[in-house]
Formats: sequence, structure tokens, C-alpha cells
Amino acid sequence: MAQSDGEQRSGAPRDLHLTEVSKRFGDFVAVDDLTLTVPEGAFFALLGPSGCGKTTTLRMVAGLEDPTAGTVSIGAEDITGLKPYKRPVNTVFQSYALFPHLTIFENIAFGLRRRGVKDVKRQTDDMLRLVQLEQYGGRKPAQLSGGQQQRVALGRALINEPGVLLLDEPLGALDLKLRRQMQLELKRIQTEIGITFVHVTHDQEEAMTMADTIAVMNSGVIEQMGAPTELYENPRTTFVANFLGQSNLVSTDVVDSSGSTVIVDCHGQKVGVDESRSHTDQGKGWLGIRPEKIFASQRDSEDLEDGNQLTGGVVSDVSFVGVSTQYLVRMPWGQELMVFEQNTGQRQSFKSGDEVDLAWSPQHSFLLDADQDAAAGAVREDVG
Amino acid sequence: MNPSATEAVNVTDKPGQRRGKGWLLLVPGMLWLLMFFLFPTVQLFFTSLYDPSGSFEQGYAMTWHFQNYADAIKETSDLFVRSFLYAGITTLVCLLLAYPLAYAIAFKSGRWKNVMLVLVIAPFFTSFLLRTLSWQAILADQGPVTGFLRALAILPDDGRLLATPIAVVAGLIYNFLPFMTLPLYASLDKVDHRLIEAAGDLYSSPFTGFRKVTLPLSMPGLVSGTLLTFIPASGDYINAELLGTPREYMLGNRIQSAFLVEQNYPLAATLSLSLMLLVVVMVILYIRRSGTEELV
Amino acid sequence: MATAVRETAPERSASRPRHRGWWRWFTDNIVLLIGIAVLVYTFVPIGYVIALSFSKPSGRAASAEFETFTWDNWTTVCEPDGLCESLQLSFAVSLVATVVATLLGTLMAFALVRHSFRGRAASNLLIFLPMATPEVVMGSSLLAMFVSLGFNGALGFITIVIAHILFCLSFVVVTVKARLAGMDSRLEQAAMDLYANEWQTFRLVTLPLAMPGIVAGALLAFSLSFDDFIITNFTSGQSQTFPLYVYGSKLKGFPAQLFVIGTLMFVVSLLLVVIVELWRRRRPT
Repeated sequence: MAQSDGEQRSGAPRDLHLTEVSKRFGDFVAVDDLTLTVPEGAFFALLGPSGCGKTTTLRMVAGLEDPTAGTVSIGAEDITGLKPYKRPVNTVFQSYALFPHLTIFENIAFGLRRRGVKDVKRQTDDMLRLVQLEQYGGRKPAQLSGGQQQRVALGRALINEPGVLLLDEPLGALDLKLRRQMQLELKRIQTEIGITFVHVTHDQEEAMTMADTIAVMNSGVIEQMGAPTELYENPRTTFVANFLGQSNLVSTDVVDSSGSTVIVDCHGQKVGVDESRSHTDQGKGWLGIRPEKIFASQRDSEDLEDGNQLTGGVVSDVSFVGVSTQYLVRMPWGQELMVFEQNTGQRQSFKSGDEVDLAWSPQHSFLLDADQDAAAGAVREDVG
Repeated sequence: MNPSATEAVNVTDKPGQRRGKGWLLLVPGMLWLLMFFLFPTVQLFFTSLYDPSGSFEQGYAMTWHFQNYADAIKETSDLFVRSFLYAGITTLVCLLLAYPLAYAIAFKSGRWKNVMLVLVIAPFFTSFLLRTLSWQAILADQGPVTGFLRALAILPDDGRLLATPIAVVAGLIYNFLPFMTLPLYASLDKVDHRLIEAAGDLYSSPFTGFRKVTLPLSMPGLVSGTLLTFIPASGDYINAELLGTPREYMLGNRIQSAFLVEQNYPLAATLSLSLMLLVVVMVILYIRRSGTEELV
Repeated sequence: MATAVRETAPERSASRPRHRGWWRWFTDNIVLLIGIAVLVYTFVPIGYVIALSFSKPSGRAASAEFETFTWDNWTTVCEPDGLCESLQLSFAVSLVATVVATLLGTLMAFALVRHSFRGRAASNLLIFLPMATPEVVMGSSLLAMFVSLGFNGALGFITIVIAHILFCLSFVVVTVKARLAGMDSRLEQAAMDLYANEWQTFRLVTLPLAMPGIVAGALLAFSLSFDDFIITNFTSGQSQTFPLYVYGSKLKGFPAQLFVIGTLMFVVSLLLVVIVELWRRRRPT
């Protein structure tokens, strides 16, 4: 780690660059002309549904798959053609791939021994301590729990102080509670040692919890890249809007896009969208509103918030989930919108059949190109 | 299946397979098979077409004498029928004995599993000829089994077991039993026991559950077990020789004597190839029917 | 949950007639009982072999009847002409055949599982065919070839070994292939990712993981080879392996020492299995 500090000071950041990378398997295009830079020290997440090409991208960085076209480099060094064992990159494999015939100690020491490092014993003991497995050095992987195996896989990769650490669905095999715990743990370790993490996952919550930058991948291309809040608040495509959290997408016509607020006609009612969040300026567009951004109030009551308003809804379904109450509201044009109300105790609650009006602030909605499928990314597997 | 596990799968090749010079590893073994299996088999084919009027001492003339096959099969049709009949009965009885045994080891033996597996193989550590000799003693006219069956009047007082088809088939069954048990066990052991429990949950009778779940899942083992039993049994001649009389002789006996005693090579070759061809055709038909393509 | 079970269990068994419990146990374990019965049946001839090894033959050769108890057969094992020589030959043949067949077969299994190339189907067929060929056919075709190549006078150790390697080969390939096919190729990728080059990956990860399959293949090869009679009978010329010796004694009568050898083979291999199993259990896996 002292080494990488030194390099940082000398001004040659070891950023990971993928330049115009493609990978084809026969006729199937797994990764399509991908260009991407991961800054040194970042916690970067590649997020997407299964089959989107995220694992293939990761494997090309690791050297386990050769790109059909394009280059992979770390800092100024082109590593495209290098064998996996020549790359300053280590991987935490999906379901860990721990060597079943070696002890935990030997699993972790494996990389050190191959590189001919001197004080294997001390470094390995240190790493066992870091991943909290001091007493388990003599055991075999099969004798450890899933969470412990996960930490061995992490330690086995980290001990080599790689330029980039690749994590392929590292938490997929753990149960929900352990997953939450390990998410925080991974984030802590990454912050502590400052190694670049590239994390592949299909779990949007996991990506948002840990990563400082997320790239959402779909069908071999990156749909959108940015900080978690940016992706969530200002998605550029229907796929991102649906894959990260939930969105109401309503068909509208753009009326006026000249001002700082774009005015759209939503089935006869006019609403506004911030210009910075409008990704189309004429014709039809999908108006997107996150369910938790909408306030519902009784028909024609004075409580209705200012800003954008849609009137004439009828509550068609109510489910109470503790922190919030989730309503489905049938609008006059037949669409059902999701509305999540925080259970603050301050707001009125509704029951099925109640007539309601909806309101939200213009900064809290977004406008997307109407050429896209409104359902893209909406159906996904939540369990990995 | 974890969804993204499939992502890594190379579409053109199987996962983990590499292109390149790997086929070179195949060369030494393949050479062995070509030189000592394929070449002799082709040669055997030519031998089978020699003029049968020659002799071992004077040599044979190559006359493409396809008539050899018709003659041989006509002459030995009873041997063919008997060989396949004995082998068929052997396979069937082996299956009936081995299935409960394999099932018991896979699902009912608990921590005695390894012990029972060793016990399955243990008797076969002793030479197979010695075991067959033991059967000779057990089934002998003064032996315990014959005496017992005579006492129960299942056998008449002068009834015999030794030197009858029963003794020959009994010997075959005994000697080939582990070839049935082990593949069956290997298959059953892979079956997730929860599936069987789920079947018990879904079907009212255990028999239906067995027929619909356990049996289909053990099919690969059943197919390879029956083949590993039927093939050697159909060509065997030791059991017929030690436990039977010339009346029970099988095709193997005839081939052996044609080769080693009469030294009538064309006849021996003709019979060998006919046997091999029939077995291979039966095996292929059987594999097709049972839908287990990946046998090897 | 646990308390609920504890409360209902006695009630349930009390409401049921006693013989029902016994019947239930019987139906639950009927398969196990049949299995044990089949096992017992397979041991009957072994009991005979062991008994006859302690039987004093009345005449020149052992008979089917147990007569009087004696240790003599055990102290004079090598007395019958050629018996121990035939055992030596059997061991030599089986060792050489096992080593060569295991080596060649393992290489073939690696090629078939780990590499893609043209002609896989043909290779698989050529490996499968020897297993589908009755022994008498394989033996006779080999003999015919050896004779036509002028080996007639030179039949012996070499030709027996050639034949044994041939019929062991396919079984080794199938056994090792099964093991390799079940192996996770990600383990090798992980080794490469952790700075092991191709050779180190093979030596440190692939080979140790494939070892159980290779050992199983070798054991199978050894037992097939050691016990083979039919193919050996065709390719042996004047040489006598142990099975040939047993068969050859048919005419002059079986010496009782044969059953001593049979007992020893049984006991020694059983001991070996038990020792290996105990040794395996001592190490945590």
C-alpha cells in the first residue's frame, strides 16, 4: 500500500481504462463497444440484470476472457493481452472458488507464495486478522460458513494489494442479513486500504449502498453512469428509472420547452419538469415520478401541495408496510400510479375507493424520450 | 442456478474448454486403441472371410468368403440364442438384486454408507475363478443348497443344480452383480433426497413416487449398469464351463475352442465378429431408446 | 416447534397399537433388509473359500467338502508347482498395466474434458467400443494379430501387458472423466488470477483435485487386470498368471493352497481399504 501511495504522489494514477471493448461469443454480442474509466481508489459498481455483460466485462479485466476488440489498461500500461497471472488485478469469484484441498491459511497465502514474497507467515496472519479469521487458519474451506468463506475469498485477493480488485457478485450466496453486514464491511475495508474496487452485482440496493459510482449495464452497453443519487434522481432512460427503485412513467406531450421548466400535457393536465431533468424537448415523452415523491390528499381539499398536480384519482389498493403505506391510485386515463406515503403520523391515510388528488414538486420528476419501452428493466429477479 | 453464472458461459464451447494443442494429450492413448483394438478388429474381419478349407498349418486363402457368416450362424444359432438368453436373464436378476442394495446404500445406510460400499466390493477382491469354484461346491449334488431343495421337495430326489442352466445363470448373476450395483449406486447417490420426500408429498403412494421420481433420476446408472452386466455376460464362457456341461455352453465357449483348440481361425473370427456386431447394435439401440446419449 | 413435537409424540404412539410400530419399522426398512440380504448372499462363496483354506484334503486335491481342520495349507502356500510364480507374474503384469493405462487414460480424459477439437465424437466412440466388446472377441482378435505378426513363439509378459493396458484404458478414461467433469473450472481460473502460471495451476490445483478420480481409475484398472482370465488366456502363450493357474489346475485337481491365496487376497485388500479409510478420516477434509 505504501507503494501505491508513492505512485499516487508521483502523479501517475493507476486508473482502470476500458477503451472500445467488445466481446462476441459466436453471434451473441456480450459486450458492445464499451468505454469506461474507473479512477484509482474508487468503489465502482457494474449493475445490471443477468446476461447484460457485466460479468464478461469483469472477466476481460481479469484476463479470463479475451476481448474481441478494444483495449484494457491500468494507468499507462496496456494489459489487454496479458495472462491473468501477469496482471495486477485480483478477483473475488462468485461463490468464491476457494481451493477445497488447501487450508484457509494456504488459500490466503497462495498469491504470496506464487510471487515469491518473503514473509508469507506474517502477512498471511495479518490478513487473517483483518478478515477476522485468526482461529480458522488450519481449517479447510468446507468447514467454514458462507460468510466466513466470503471473507477468505476477499482476504485471498486483498493480500496481493492489487491495483484493481474485482468482485463478481461476492455477496450473492449470503442470506439477506449477512449481506447487509458484509456490504458495510466491504465498504469499510475499501475505505481503509484505498484499493480500487470494481463490483459486479444485479442488486441495485447493494450497488447504491456501497459504490461511489455506478454504471448501469443493459444488453452489453452502459445505459448510464454516475453517483447513486444522480442515477436515482435523474435517470436518463426508462431502463435505469425502472431498474433502480421504482418509477411511475406517464405518457405526456411536450407543450413548451423554452423555459427553465419544461411544460408537458399529461392527459389534459399541465405539469412542469426541471429543464435539467428533461431528456427530450418535443413530441411525446415519458414523465417519470418516484412513488415516494408524490403526496396524496383528499379530493378538492386545501391540503393539496403546490407544484405539479394531477387530480381525479381513486385509491384502488392499499398496503401497509410499516415505514410507509403504499397506495395504487387509478387515474382518470386508466393508469394506476404508485404512491408511497411515509408513516410520519402527520398525513391523512386513505382506504380503497377514496377519491384523491396527487401533487409533487417539479424538481422531483423527470422526462424521458418516448421511443423507449416503458417497462424496460421493470421485471427483474430480486434474489441472486 | 445463479443467474449471472450463465453469463460467463462461452456460447461456442463448453465452459472451461480450451482450443489449441490439447488434443495432443489424446494421441498416445488413441494410438494404443488404434493399434491394439481397431487394427486387430479389422484384421479379424478379413480373417473371417478366409477360405474355410485352409488350415492353421498351411495357411488360409483370402476368398472374401461371406458364406462363412451364414454357415457359422446356421451352425451355432442355438449358441447365440442361449448366450443372449442367459445374459438377458442375468441382467434382469442382477437389476432386481442390485437396485434395492444400491438404494439402501444411497438412502438408508446413514453413517454405514462407506462400510456397506466396501462390503459390496469386498467379495470380489478374491479371484473370480475361485469364487466360481466355490459355487461349484455350494451347488454340488452333495452340497447344502441341493440337499435343502430336495428336502423341501422343490427338487426331485435325483434333481441337480450343478451342471444345469440354473447353475450357469446363478454363476453369471453372482459374478456380474457389482457391475450393476456400483453404477446404480453412483446415480442414486446424486439424487437429492429432498426430491424423494417431495415426491412422497405429491403422490399418495410411495410406489408412484418411486416410478415418477427416483427411477427416472437413476436412469443413467441403470443404463450403464445393465450394459456393464449384459456385455461381459454375453461373451462369458467360464461359468458355463465350470458350472455347466456342454449342453449349457455359450458362444464364448465355441469361440474359445475354435481359436485355441481347433485353431479354425476363419470360424472363430466369424463368430467373434458376429457376437461383437450383435452386441454393439443392441447396445446402440438400447442407448437410443433409453435416451442416455452421454454414456462415456 | 420443539415443544409442540414433544407434546404430541407420546400421544400419537399411545393411540397406535403396538404391532403397528413394529410393522412401520419393517416397511420403512424393508429396502435396507433386502440390501443386507443381498450382501450376505455375495459373501457365501467367500465363506467357502476361507473354510476350504483350512480343510485337509482327503485325496490329492481339494474337494467341495470340508473334511478336517488343518493349518498345513497355510504353511505350504508355495508348495504347488508354479503357484507363487504365477502370483508374481500377475502382480508384475497388473502393476505395469495399471501404471501405463492410468497415465494414458488420464491424459485422454484431460483432452476430452478440457479441450475442444475436431473428432471428439469419433474419439469417444473409439474409447467406448472396447467396453462394448465381449472379452472373448478382444482376446481372440489380439491373438490373431499377434500370430499374424509372427509373435506366436513370443507370447508372454509383453503381449499380456499390451492386452491388459488395452482393456483397462477405457475404464480409466471414463472414471477420470467423471471426476474432471464435476470439477469447477473457476478454481483453476482463481489460481491463474492469483499469479500461478499454467504449470503451477496444474500442479497445485488441477492435479490434486483430479487425484481421487485418477486413484479410483488406477484401482479399477488393477483389479480388472489382476482378475482377468479370458483375454489373458488368449494372449499368454506359455506364461501363467494366477487366474490361468487356477484354471489350469482344473484337470489335475485344485490344490487347497489356492483357497489360501483366495483368502489372503480378500483379507489383504479389505485391510488396505480399512487402513486407507481410517487414514482419510484422521485428516480433516
